[in-house]
Amino acid sequence: MRKLAGGVLLILLWSACNLNNKKTLPIFGNRQAVTKTVNGQTVTDTVYQTIPAFKFVNQYGDSISSKALDGHIYVTDFFFTSCPSICPIMQRNMLNVYNAFKDTADVKIISYTIDPRDDSVPVLKKYADKLGISGNSWWFLRGDKATVYQLAEKSYLVGVSQDSTAAGGYVHQGYFVLIDKEKRVRGSYDGTDPKQVDQLIADIKTLKAEPVKQ
Amino acid sequence: MKLKVISGICLLLVVLVWSCQSDESIEFNRYYSSGIAVYQTHCQNCHGANGEGLNGLIPPLTDSVVLKTYSIALPCIIKNGLKQQITVSGKLFDGEMPAVSLTPIEIAQVITYVTNSFGNKRGLVTDDAVAADLAKCAL
Repeated sequence: MRKLAGGVLLILLWSACNLNNKKTLPIFGNRQAVTKTVNGQTVTDTVYQTIPAFKFVNQYGDSISSKALDGHIYVTDFFFTSCPSICPIMQRNMLNVYNAFKDTADVKIISYTIDPRDDSVPVLKKYADKLGISGNSWWFLRGDKATVYQLAEKSYLVGVSQDSTAAGGYVHQGYFVLIDKEKRVRGSYDGTDPKQVDQLIADIKTLKAEPVKQ
Repeated sequence: MKLKVISGICLLLVVLVWSCQSDESIEFNRYYSSGIAVYQTHCQNCHGANGEGLNGLIPPLTDSVVLKTYSIALPCIIKNGLKQQITVSGKLFDGEMPAVSLTPIEIAQVITYVTNSFGNKRGLVTDDAVAADLAKCAL
């Protein structure tokens, strides 16, 4: 009887842990504690690193500022249309993300070109068409090269560079970066690995279920 | 007695044919399995693990008719890349395929793999055949 009671207790404990074990995604980047006075009270809050404002042009020629992503969860990668190495496999995997969320209003995909010289708006549009992308859930953005490179390295934490010795002339890491509605980095996944991309799709669902801070 | 002789001859023929085939099939298996590794390293990123290509960007390798039409040109296309447009499975592709640096035997292995996978069934392609086709590359 005592053994039985012990067993029941163990099961109860285990299920209690499980109940509390609802997964939350980590928050990446620098953070700092900020103390401010609200309504006469001193409050200390944590301020996380966020993606700074930007203004680029998408494959339709529309001007897109980071405001257009307010209230959206989005996935970002860096690519160029003439990329012969890892891009095709990245875009093949990103298509899975696209197909999973293309009808979800608050989830988007943002692919920044790192070769704005060759990837003009018509080139990006043709690329999107051939990839089978329509609508506004996946944008291919083109903008000032230095700004894009700085965004990649400082904000999205993805390495990109121009290198004449590399195939295609550019080097970039194949990460898919997950950004939450407050523009914080919440995950980074190897875009060439279908298993990690499956995890990304699962994590987007986790993030969607997260309450948004007002 | 007569029946025994006939059935003996038949058996001998069967064994002969079978042993000849297995010689070629050993060679085929050797090319095919080496071809898998060549494909994974040099082709799979773009053409996909199942030769499915990438929508309108990269042609699939599942169109047996096209593979047959281009059978002699295949070694040259792999070695030198492809700049001109090509229609595969009824779709026009106008992107550029980069040249792949491979030896004739690697080209033979990967062609043996591709043309006997993804629903294709061409049989063995030897390095001699590939070398002969490469000599005719229009450059």
